[in-house]
Amino acid sequence: MKWEVVIGLETHAQLSTASKIFSGAPTAFGAAPNSQASAVDIALPGVLPVLNKGAVERAIRFGVAVGGTISQRSVFARKNYFYPDLPKGYQISQYEIPIVAGGSVTIAIAETEKRIRLTRAHLEEDAGKSLHEDFHGMTGIDLNRAGTPLLEIVSEPDMRSAAEAVAYAKALHALVRWIGICDGNLQEGSFRCDANVSVRPTGSDDLGTRCEIKNLNSFRFLQHAIEFEARRQIELIEDGGAVVQETRLYDPDRNETRPMRTKEDAHDYRYFPDPDLPPLVIDAAWIERVKSELPELPDVMKARFVTQYGLSMYEAAALTASREVAHYFEDTVRVLGGAPNLAASWIMGALSAALNREEREIGAAPVTPHTLAELLRRIQDNTISGKMAKDVFDAMWAGEGDADLIIERNGLRQISDEGAIERIVDDVLAANAAIIAEVKAGREKAFNSLVGQVMKASKGKANPAQVNAILKRKLG
Amino acid sequence: MALTLDDVLRIAHLARIDIDAAAAREVHAKLDAIFTLINELQAIDTTGIEPMSHAQDVSAPLRDDAITESDHHADYQRGAPAVEDGLYLVPRVIE
Amino acid sequence: MIDGTIAELAQALHARRISSEELTSEALARIERAQSRFNAFITIDRDGALAAARAADAALRKGDGGPLTGIPLAHKDVLMTAGLNTTCGSRMLADFVAPYDAFVVEQLRKAGTVLVGKTNMDEFAMGSSSETSWFGPVRNPWDPAYVPGGSSGGSAVAVAARLVPAATGTDTGGSIRQPAALTGICGLKPTYGACSRYGLVAFASSLDHPGPFGRTAEDCALLLRAMAGHDPRDSTSIDRPPEDYAQLLREPRAAKVLEGLRIGLPKEFHGEGVDAEVAAAVEAAIAELQKLGATLKTISLPAVKYSVPVYYVIAPAEASSNLSRFDGVRYGHRANDFKDLLDMYKKTRAEGFGAEVKRRILTGTYVLSHGYYDAYYLKAQQVRRLIADDFRRAYGECDVIVGPTAPSAAFKIGAKTDDPVQMYLNDIFTIAADLTGAPAISIPCGVTRDGLPIGLQIQGNHFDEARILDVAHRYQQATDWHQRVPPIEHASKSS
Repeated sequence: MKWEVVIGLETHAQLSTASKIFSGAPTAFGAAPNSQASAVDIALPGVLPVLNKGAVERAIRFGVAVGGTISQRSVFARKNYFYPDLPKGYQISQYEIPIVAGGSVTIAIAETEKRIRLTRAHLEEDAGKSLHEDFHGMTGIDLNRAGTPLLEIVSEPDMRSAAEAVAYAKALHALVRWIGICDGNLQEGSFRCDANVSVRPTGSDDLGTRCEIKNLNSFRFLQHAIEFEARRQIELIEDGGAVVQETRLYDPDRNETRPMRTKEDAHDYRYFPDPDLPPLVIDAAWIERVKSELPELPDVMKARFVTQYGLSMYEAAALTASREVAHYFEDTVRVLGGAPNLAASWIMGALSAALNREEREIGAAPVTPHTLAELLRRIQDNTISGKMAKDVFDAMWAGEGDADLIIERNGLRQISDEGAIERIVDDVLAANAAIIAEVKAGREKAFNSLVGQVMKASKGKANPAQVNAILKRKLG
Repeated sequence: MALTLDDVLRIAHLARIDIDAAAAREVHAKLDAIFTLINELQAIDTTGIEPMSHAQDVSAPLRDDAITESDHHADYQRGAPAVEDGLYLVPRVIE
Repeated sequence: MIDGTIAELAQALHARRISSEELTSEALARIERAQSRFNAFITIDRDGALAAARAADAALRKGDGGPLTGIPLAHKDVLMTAGLNTTCGSRMLADFVAPYDAFVVEQLRKAGTVLVGKTNMDEFAMGSSSETSWFGPVRNPWDPAYVPGGSSGGSAVAVAARLVPAATGTDTGGSIRQPAALTGICGLKPTYGACSRYGLVAFASSLDHPGPFGRTAEDCALLLRAMAGHDPRDSTSIDRPPEDYAQLLREPRAAKVLEGLRIGLPKEFHGEGVDAEVAAAVEAAIAELQKLGATLKTISLPAVKYSVPVYYVIAPAEASSNLSRFDGVRYGHRANDFKDLLDMYKKTRAEGFGAEVKRRILTGTYVLSHGYYDAYYLKAQQVRRLIADDFRRAYGECDVIVGPTAPSAAFKIGAKTDDPVQMYLNDIFTIAADLTGAPAISIPCGVTRDGLPIGLQIQGNHFDEARILDVAHRYQQATDWHQRVPPIEHASKSS
């Protein structure tokens, strides 16, 4: 029997606010234990939550970006359960009425685009962390993360392979960073995915029993966990078993999923509207303002790059991978006053290679759009050849100065003086009677050898086009 | 909708309150009387009535995103049952 | 001297006929003497009180004092007081030192009041008799064999027994008004949101109201003025311009001081279930109000009879969630012996909470649990709306609603402890105002043959505190029930 895997993702994006969702404590990562846990975050008796406008603003931005509906009135509820990293004994989350309903994210697998529908996105607070290093057989609780604002983004079960799930997660990851609502730092847990995975016979419209896989803090883990889980479920069913709905944990060391031992209780979260928080009301003017301030979105920008700059789809996609890359490209073209294809090939080529080599973000590149444009201008005006420009680029990257300085200092300026080139050509011809004879006999390779000798004699500085023309004339 | 002894044990577990069989029976008798009172509500027709969660019809005030809190963990942990290196200690949690 | 009202004491303090230190010393001496009889206090802060009194005296000497400067006062032990134990009458928080001040505590400090201690109460404010405290029951100064009402029984007794001229309480189902009625003093539950809940250890968040106790309506007005105000730390705090609640009280009036006032008499409040002596006293009070110029109008609040069941769904539901933070992890009691995390939670909470608190947590857990939410919690919230609608209609026809505060005077200690439903029915007249959030005051209006006080409740529309205080004040100008003193030694001797 052929099987189809059905995947939906629940993604928790930490919103990039300075303070927590319900308290004025900082959200910075890596502080000393509990030093960023305020009275509200540790749930001292008598304290109350007050909603952070910055978190709401970011949720609206997301909703607008994915084409969802922003609820003009949404409600915070309490999700009740006991866990040591949950200080109040309940998590404040949105349940019946989330801030964002619907919307979609477009992914591209090979050359095919696919729209992944979103069910909802809602605001909630993060929990603290349990540290399982041994404290005399005890677990340590750090509540610094408690109260960090989260946007939980729930997709429809629209993905049919691990590759699609990864493409969706990456597109979402790029989007939340693009619109500036989440720093997307996977190592620090700023962007976390849970995957709901089920399998069904290909062609069936029914959904199989699903398992929720937690702890997927990298795209690679997401891929492996889904692949493992789908295989596990298929084998289970083929062996006559049945999938049990449960929460499973991905173990990257063993590359397997296993049932979680905690929260084995029948889930009964006893949701009810939080009496400490009146409904969140968002007026149309606020939504309009956010809409008007929203940056151009990646899909729109990609299409524009194709039409405005004549780039290929592939180039446009690569240059809109992040807002920083896109800005870099457009800034370069602006300074250069055109030549988008030249800029694109340098950014996707030399620049991208150098960034990868040093694992740097584009914002930290030593070659800026401005200095890159100056280099490219010297290619355009024939001051240097493209080949030589690569050496200049490397020198610029190494901090040796801007393009003109390096060209001057190293005497790299191309020789374009007709008379000077002619003199070099004459010298080469005078010393190579045998090769001239071969050229006259119609041997193409012999001509190239003469070009090479001229270039060598000029220390590579002669304008290759001129060298070609002069040689042809003289031998013609 | 009678409340059973099993219900008492189930909700005591959900509420994380240790209860032995004798106490559960006593609590059951008292809760049963309370629910007889509460069940008067079942007679009322509330079709189409919007539930009232708050005593005032207001919307949530919003706070500017600014850091207003500083580190008080030493103060807050003074009376904590078990603390080490700034962490609250609890019996081992297994995931 | 300390037997005077706040208004009288303020005059004496400002005229320097007495110092706050003298007043405070007298209050402390009475509190300490009365402790074994009434058990009204959980914590007495002698040193802090005397230091605050001396600071108040310094301010008064400089002419900086306000109407409350130097007035000794006690806070219900459910309100956080920085540096002082805040126990909520529970073993769970028996040793808990509050790291910050509640909003109303802060406001009253700023107003120059002198905090003498924290008052005893039903555990986590759950009760109508002040019998469920981990620190033992509070006793009624009119007869120590009787309960003082609850849950703010300690605060009510502190004022009734002339230990302090003022105290704070909290009212979730009647916990200010009912003990005020049962101890013969005034207790005001303000409009929901008028006094911030910040620092009030939550019982039922949508129903919890901090408010004042005083011997007169005028004193309640002075205290409320200081306690009310917008607090950005409470999302349900209402941002309104400050109001001088005592202003109407000072307004000169013609002979008929309540001319034009329309009093609503709900037929549901005067029917069966009300003790005959209470009914007679309330009728006499209404006649008095009529004499002062008010007109009477019979109104109907048909859904109000469901107040008690509605309350006993919503309050326990919210409580079950609010009290989840008491888990033995970050503060408060933790069991000594446990085998794992689950066991630690269960034993900690079983040991830390008393029987009534546990009953309410279990009730609340049940009504919110899967499959029961719609039938109980949602239903109760819908009926809550029906009750609020009843009152909205009624206030189209009348200005205030008057009736008994409680169906009977104080009952004997232990009389209802085994019957939670009988205990709950004590709040039958007070709960509605908590559900709607509208203000209500209880003032003394009589005494039973057994010498126990009877309370009259005056309710008003949202933010109509000034009006109900005015009605109460005019009544007190014409009567002397509020001047009756319980049979206690120090009160008759001093002043």
